[in-house]
Amino acid sequence: MTSTPTTPAVRLPAPHSAGCLFNPPPAYTEAAAAGPLTRADLPGGESCWLATGYAEVRTVLSDRRFSADLRHPNFPFLVAGARELVTDNPAFLRLDDPEHARLRRMVTGDFLVKRVEAMRPAVQRIVDEALDGMTAGRTEADLVADFALPVPSLVICLLLGVPYEDREFFQDVSRTLLNSTSTVERLREAQDELLDYLRGLAARKRERPEDDILSRLATRDDLTPDEAAATGLLLLIAGHETTANMISLSTALLLDRPEQVARLADPAALPGAVEELLRLLTIVHTGVPRVALEDVELGGTTVRAGEGVIAMLSTANRDETVFGGADRPSTDELDLDRDARRHVAFGFGVHQCLGQPLARAELQIALATLFGRLPGLRPAVPRAELAFRTDSFIYGMRSLPVTW
Amino acid sequence: MRVNIDRDRCCSSGMCVMNVPEVFDQDDQDSLVRLRQTTFRPEQFDDLRLASQLCPGGAITVTEDESSGPTG
Ligand code: HEM
Ligand code: SF4
Repeated sequence: MTSTPTTPAVRLPAPHSAGCLFNPPPAYTEAAAAGPLTRADLPGGESCWLATGYAEVRTVLSDRRFSADLRHPNFPFLVAGARELVTDNPAFLRLDDPEHARLRRMVTGDFLVKRVEAMRPAVQRIVDEALDGMTAGRTEADLVADFALPVPSLVICLLLGVPYEDREFFQDVSRTLLNSTSTVERLREAQDELLDYLRGLAARKRERPEDDILSRLATRDDLTPDEAAATGLLLLIAGHETTANMISLSTALLLDRPEQVARLADPAALPGAVEELLRLLTIVHTGVPRVALEDVELGGTTVRAGEGVIAMLSTANRDETVFGGADRPSTDELDLDRDARRHVAFGFGVHQCLGQPLARAELQIALATLFGRLPGLRPAVPRAELAFRTDSFIYGMRSLPVTW
Repeated sequence: MRVNIDRDRCCSSGMCVMNVPEVFDQDDQDSLVRLRQTTFRPEQFDDLRLASQLCPGGAITVTEDESSGPTG
């Protein structure tokens, strides 16, 4: 072990700084400045490694000597006691190949770039209607409840075949599951409720299949009902919570940087602008867990077989050698013309986000339409009163009062 | 420049298709990567290197030819 007494272990998850809530917790930034790999303490008391460098993060996520299988006895959990919640059928997010590939490949066809491109008109319609609803007869709204959350929820409901009327239930349960302060009992309850709900829905789809992902999963004879429910749960949560928080956080940041908003109106600049927002905001703030299956040389250190590693996407995405440059603002700054395409906000390796083409389409359409239609958009509360989700695995905004 | 794809390593991220659509495609049947072209113009080389670096599965390998001739 090479860590020295001058770099104490980082406690995970570290608190955000009240000063600038668009930044990752200062403890991670400080660890990154000290070196690409640091010791860290998990909430359950075990220790693990924290990988903060761009190259090291990419290695941890793409080298098959690091496992994403949460059934591994040393898998590093970011919630104390969460090991008890492991089921016999984990979603493919936390499995290794070949089990992971078997399940992921059942749904890759639904997220092909061309498939998502064909969905753009439907996404645009959902965005337009959400904005109509938000602005009708009003001059003030909560951007989270009235726009950022409904848009991706409607989209994933449509794709998956989940009734949108059930949104209060699944949005509430998802928030509990992603909250880093939830007790293990609350987590178990929430997980069981959502799995039961999806098992029931899948059983109905098996009887009467429709044109949606859940029906296709439910009618396969090479997938058990529990596997179908686990996949449905992953898609439902990943499909709405992430994009919703990217929309609200991006909006809050852009309202703070009004001079850059004009770039969104240029269709040629829009995709690059969204990549830069994904890079800078990196909403998976708590990092991504893996466990070493063999000894691996990493960042000048040997990570031993059986040791856990948390890959910190947010610090990797601020690496000056990758995203900076003499002619560019610091990587802590928003620069919508920066070439941010190498970011790891969607992860890296075989688990890289399955929904990324969809997330990009949703973000491009939602942000361009929002700022295009409401040029006077501004916060309705002082900046200091903005409510950030500092206690969630998916960072974002609790609410965002706006006026226009 | 030559481009090799290892379809077994493709996880259908779509990164290559998004960044270099004239060269990469996703198969309608199995969702895995396909090449639309097999010979490349020098002005495509940077894009192809980027696609290789960004492929999360390590499925795209570019080989710089020894002769830096324009035929790639
Ligand atoms: C801005 C929005 C999003 C961000 C930042 C994001 C981020 C991520 C990250 C970092 C991972 C990798 C986790 C790991 O390696 O352990 C991931 C995986 C995943 N995401 Fe997303 N995501 C977003 C939107 C979506 C959407 C819209 C969906 C759609 C349904 C989705 C579905 C998934 C799935 C299924 C996985 C698991 C992939 C696998 O394990 O093979 N995500 N996402
Ligand atoms: S970037 Fe790599 S993993 Fe993604 S679709 Fe292309 S070849 Fe497959």
